[in-house]
Amino acid sequence: MLTRFGREVNWGDFVFRRATALVATFVIGALGAMAVAMVMGSWESIAKFGCSFLISSVWDPVRDIYGALPFIYGTLASSLLALAFAVPVSLGVAIFLSELAPAWLRAPVGFLVELLAAVPSVVYGLWGIFVLAPWLRESVEPRLGRWLGFLPFFQGPQHGFGLLAGGIILAIMITPTISSVSREVLRAVPSALREGALGLGATPWEAVRVAVLPLARSGLVGATILGLGRALGETMAITMVIGNRAEISASLFAPSYTMASVIANEFTEATGRLYLSSLAEVGLLLFVVTVLLNIVARLLVWRVGRLPLEGRL
Amino acid sequence: MMFSAYQRRKCADLLVRMACVAASLIALVPLVSVLYYVTARGIGGLNLDFFTELPKPVGEPGGGMANAIWGTLKLVLLACLIGIPPGVMAGVYLAEFGHSRFGKLVRFSADVMAGVPSITVGIFIYSLVVLQTKRFSALAGGIALAVLMLPTVTRTTEELLRLVPESLREAALGLGLPKWRATLRVMLRTAAPGIATGVMLAVARVAGETAPLLFTAFNNRFWGSGLTEPTASLPVNIYTYAVSPYEEWHRQAWAAALVLLVLVLLLNISARLLVRPRVGGR
Repeated sequence: MLTRFGREVNWGDFVFRRATALVATFVIGALGAMAVAMVMGSWESIAKFGCSFLISSVWDPVRDIYGALPFIYGTLASSLLALAFAVPVSLGVAIFLSELAPAWLRAPVGFLVELLAAVPSVVYGLWGIFVLAPWLRESVEPRLGRWLGFLPFFQGPQHGFGLLAGGIILAIMITPTISSVSREVLRAVPSALREGALGLGATPWEAVRVAVLPLARSGLVGATILGLGRALGETMAITMVIGNRAEISASLFAPSYTMASVIANEFTEATGRLYLSSLAEVGLLLFVVTVLLNIVARLLVWRVGRLPLEGRL
Repeated sequence: MMFSAYQRRKCADLLVRMACVAASLIALVPLVSVLYYVTARGIGGLNLDFFTELPKPVGEPGGGMANAIWGTLKLVLLACLIGIPPGVMAGVYLAEFGHSRFGKLVRFSADVMAGVPSITVGIFIYSLVVLQTKRFSALAGGIALAVLMLPTVTRTTEELLRLVPESLREAALGLGLPKWRATLRVMLRTAAPGIATGVMLAVARVAGETAPLLFTAFNNRFWGSGLTEPTASLPVNIYTYAVSPYEEWHRQAWAAALVLLVLVLLLNISARLLVRPRVGGR
């Protein structure tokens, strides 16, 4: 076989390239097929409820009426709560590991933080049921209720199971994601900038603040968004501690329900096409939101990732 | 009392350092707590029966999770068989020919897919496999786990192939090997230990996945024989047992969590040790 320029092409090379390209198409295909399958699965529900699916809080399998608002609220509230806990801690870990820690401490601490990501979700859930929730019920929530009970967030009965437990367990699970991406982002900032600041007499923290953080900012936002994406889709651990009640309440002590949890709990038991279709639509919403968040996050992280090339002195 | 500007700056530096140390300690508290409780409570539920017996009905003491342990191994093996070959091939494509616009699209899809919640992968495989075959099966569970592994394996393969020095390829081509054999015999073999690490990390992650199995592999109180029957797995059993009201089941859930955690952490840690001698300084 000859190419356009009359050079002979090896058959093996030709087949090899086409075969690997074909398999690579599967990756795009899988993502596309996922989108198509979710849309098809939820079509009945989309056609029947339209936009009211998003703003109605009636979820009633008996009357066959479905609105996902309580789940959307529970998902957003628990994820934002998780970010509030996890972002400061993760940034602290990332700055410590990439900038301030002595060299011998970086590898072991980094390793331990990554082990945090290795623990299966369902094991966190088990720990949440028997360790975290009782601790919250007996030690944390009574105190919060006593000191901050004038705020609507800390009122009502204290079960241990609820938004607060959900937020904490999500925070634990996304901390390794946010901190390891942030650490990579901080590392991507050219060290000449750091050295310049230190050479001008800045303390290590000042060097980080004036030379590193401004360049890393968009990447750090990206890391946070990646963490948010994980928190939104996390299923088992949060299902086991959030209380699974489709109510909207301002209190962090109150039980709630997330989109992923309702799918996990009801999908196999759902009878009736509309019920299944509505659950699939909840899944579709989750899919669309996490895909969009991932795209935004990666664009932000990549922007910083390219810095070392452009910014090299 | 007056501080000089210099002292104030030193003080701020110290405070931030302390805050960062505190953050790192706080991040590790849950890890220590989880490891402690799973070990302390799990060890009491472990005995020979746990590894060799089927679950007993509620109320009867004893019984084990032999079927779930076997089921988890079966699902993970299936996921490896289905997920690793295409993942590696797609990774080879990205590393060798991935500079095109199509390559960028593949890379982007893989990255986005890695962030898709595992429960939606469950729904996807449910409608793709379970609805078509009209039954929950080990095969459906294995496919779901394979889909979860695919993006990780692809991207790891690509990144590790890119680390192999070009001079190796040039040497192979100089000796007269065609391009494809240079890629497979020289590049891929040099990168193999690193790729194995990435694959093992991916396996460790899917071994603990529960959500995508709930409506693909489902569960089974007995030995599910073959690929076309529902199958029990450790993660799903931990979930079912933990949310049940029975004391005895809680004990077994902790024992199962210990077994699963040991399995996952062993895979994870040995994967990291495997790669250390080769690219230790990176």
